[in-house]
Amino acid sequence: MKVLVPVKRVIDYNVKVRVKADQSGVELANVKMAMNPFDEIAVEQALRLKEAGKAEEIIAVSIGPTQNQETIRTALAMGADRGIHIEAPQDIEPLAVAKLLKAVVVQENPGLVLVGKQAIDDDCNQTGQMLAALLGWSQGTFVSGLEITGEKAIVIREVDGGLEHIEITMPAIVTVDLRLNEPRYASLPNIMKAKKKPLDSQNATDLGVDIAPRLTILKVEEPETRAAGVKVANVKELVSKLKDEAKVI
Amino acid sequence: MSILILCDHENGQLHSTTLNTVSAAKQIGGNIHLLVVGDPSGKVAKAAASIGGVEKVLAATNKALENKLAENLAPLLKSLAAGYSHIMAPANTTGKNVMPRLAALLDVMQISDIIKVIDADKFQRPIYAGNALSTVSSSDTTKVITVRGTAFEAAEENGSAAIETLDSAEDAGLSIYMKSELSSSERPELTSAPIVISGGRGMQDGANFAMLEKIADKLGAAVGASRAAVDAGFVPNDYQVGQTGKVVAPDLYVAVGISGAIQHLAGMKDSKVIVAINKDEEAPIFQVADYGLVSDLFDAVPELEKELG
Ligand SMILES: Cc1cc2nc3c(=O)[nH]c(=O)nc-3n(C[C@H](O)[C@H](O)[C@H](O)COP(=O)(O)OP(=O)(O)OC[C@H]3O[C@@H](n4cnc5c(N)ncnc54)[C@H](O)[C@@H]3O)c2cc1C
Repeated sequence: MKVLVPVKRVIDYNVKVRVKADQSGVELANVKMAMNPFDEIAVEQALRLKEAGKAEEIIAVSIGPTQNQETIRTALAMGADRGIHIEAPQDIEPLAVAKLLKAVVVQENPGLVLVGKQAIDDDCNQTGQMLAALLGWSQGTFVSGLEITGEKAIVIREVDGGLEHIEITMPAIVTVDLRLNEPRYASLPNIMKAKKKPLDSQNATDLGVDIAPRLTILKVEEPETRAAGVKVANVKELVSKLKDEAKVI
Repeated sequence: MSILILCDHENGQLHSTTLNTVSAAKQIGGNIHLLVVGDPSGKVAKAAASIGGVEKVLAATNKALENKLAENLAPLLKSLAAGYSHIMAPANTTGKNVMPRLAALLDVMQISDIIKVIDADKFQRPIYAGNALSTVSSSDTTKVITVRGTAFEAAEENGSAAIETLDSAEDAGLSIYMKSELSSSERPELTSAPIVISGGRGMQDGANFAMLEKIADKLGAAVGASRAAVDAGFVPNDYQVGQTGKVVAPDLYVAVGISGAIQHLAGMKDSKVIVAINKDEEAPIFQVADYGLVSDLFDAVPELEKELG
């Protein structure tokens, strides 16, 4: 079985983003970028499937500007076998991404697509579910446990009330949550090796997919910041403030 | 204009975020219809019918929908879509699971987690863990939207809408529900509780959460946690507050042994009053706390419990 893992290049999760002065978006120039953390978990899971003899080949796909090839190289350094880069605008929407991924799935015929549940830039939480819809495949979302047995897989989903177990039919889309695994770091030798792994690049427009945006961003602004509060000296003072000043208890 | 809302519910109880979603729909304007699935007793449909401003409740009784599997629910929503300008759901795990699948079936771009309605086409939503707010305008004919409950008032339960049953649905045969492991608690539900007390890595151990539970029981509060506390296995996943967990905005949020990473703040910084108890006076949580107490939590928390009487 081939496993396809889409990986997104986003602002590193440790960076505090800044909104551009003209309110057109957030500042991306000279900002540290990294692989979306949920996608690292997806790559890790693919590697574990391969190590367990359940997957033969892991293909990392990234859609976006040329720099996204760095993100693919990170996946290759973690252990993915080859990469596919699809050149597209930075702010391409999940629906268009799902359509492009569908085109890749048709070309590559994977048995499983492992997707991060959410990208930490646009926080949309859509791509995996959309891809499943376009392919007519089953979907296991927000997954913290995955057990594949032939044509079926059992997934454990993190839901509002706790956990849910469902059986899905392969091929399937699985969107991964934080507790599925802890991603490995790429070792220096593997980073060197990754430079020689195959990375194919194509243009979104060559895949015959309409990627025109459906949403227009009118403005991006900073949220209101909270006014700084006070330090209390002890628990007694805290309780009296909560009772008499804030009146919340 | 007509708006269809997919109701969320758990254990036969209408989820309060459905009421918030109705308020968001009212701001858009038009006839509001609610869809209830997976409600064999009819209790949720009845509760939905009592929400003010709702014209009609569709109760889908087909067995294929019982467990809200996205593969079966999205096609049903699609079959209803022609009659609606907007299809909405609370941005809970059910809505997050099924709505993007619906959006792709309709070939529209979903607008996730809205916090403000500007007009019928324009909405505001947080991006980058709420560190920026994006106002977007949609050109799609059907708007598929998920709604952040904490951003809208709860609609009143003073209505009496008609309930229509709907039997059509098919089992796509792609997935099978097996079982749930739900956390049970007598305390209020996290996202609608008036007071939330959360513990972080500083709690050191799951057993120590009993200290927070005692306070929660005195205050009628829910108990939450940071990701680090969930990852460490102190508490179950459904306690997680944050960018990728639950979003809460209670009257009072008490953060105990939580450093205040942006991913955690994303889930609680709209709380009315924030209290932080942390032994590190440099902890970033103090930058958003109305009342900060620099103290070892193992001293402060038992004292707080005593002080509350
Ligand atoms: C993709 C992604 C998504 C994430 N999503 C979330 C999310 O949804 N929610 C979330 O919470 N996090 C999330 N995180 C994690 C986040 O970045 C932080 O790692 C996490 O919030 C830290 O949890 P913490 O504050 O409990 O632990 P720490 O940062 O380790 O802080 C522990 C705090 O406890 C204090 N402390 C220790 N002992 C005591 C004591 N005895 N008395 C008093 N204080 C004490 C310390 O001073 C410290 O400030 C996410 C991260 C990533 C990468």
